[in-house]
Amino acid sequence: MAYVAVQEADFDPGAEIARLTGHAGGAGGIGCFIGVVRGEGGDRAITAMTLEHYPGMTERALRVIAEEAERRWNPCRVRVVHRVGRLTPGERIVLVLVAAPHRKPALAATSFLIDWLKTKAPFWKKEHFADGSTAWVEARAEDAEAAARWG
Amino acid sequence: MLRLLYFAWLRERIGHSEEEVVLSSSVRTVGELMRWLAARDTVHGAAFAKPGLIRAAVNQEFAGPETELRDGDEVAFFPPVTGG
Repeated sequence: MAYVAVQEADFDPGAEIARLTGHAGGAGGIGCFIGVVRGEGGDRAITAMTLEHYPGMTERALRVIAEEAERRWNPCRVRVVHRVGRLTPGERIVLVLVAAPHRKPALAATSFLIDWLKTKAPFWKKEHFADGSTAWVEARAEDAEAAARWG
Repeated sequence: MLRLLYFAWLRERIGHSEEEVVLSSSVRTVGELMRWLAARDTVHGAAFAKPGLIRAAVNQEFAGPETELRDGDEVAFFPPVTGG
């Protein structure tokens, strides 16, 4: 059964992998993606990023996406942790882990999860700049195209 | 009665994150609700000026403009999502 979490606190990738593999007997590979706050937005340096979400719907959407990955690459096991609140450049935002029997399904399911998560889970990023101004990050067409290739 | 939720720049432009509205009999779908809200006052009018930039969810499921509404629904409006 997939595990999904939305939290303000940072996560420890090693500890999360241990929690995943503790329940994934027979896994021959672990796929991993970690999203990190970039130091610039457009061509300007950012000082922080705020992640807003839709409590309730976010957890539901993540669960639907995680269960879809487990169905498509059965047998595999998914663990997704997404942070919200104020984060600074270099901080981890999101963790996607997939334990599967072999590398191909592990990596494919990881790629699918981050592509769908970017376009189907209700999170919004706001960038904060050194001069005190802010800007909401706009959705990118290539993210929609990346999600669409999975059908 | 509908419970309306706003997120990201839509929340900032409207000035609050949620409100309750009594469903007018002329409003049966998400698209009609957006037009009704836009006509309500200048604040909502400005926020909903470009409906193509706004996405919606009904009872925490993504919903298109043709999605029908029922009394008691939770309807959320927000820009395209940017997580991950």
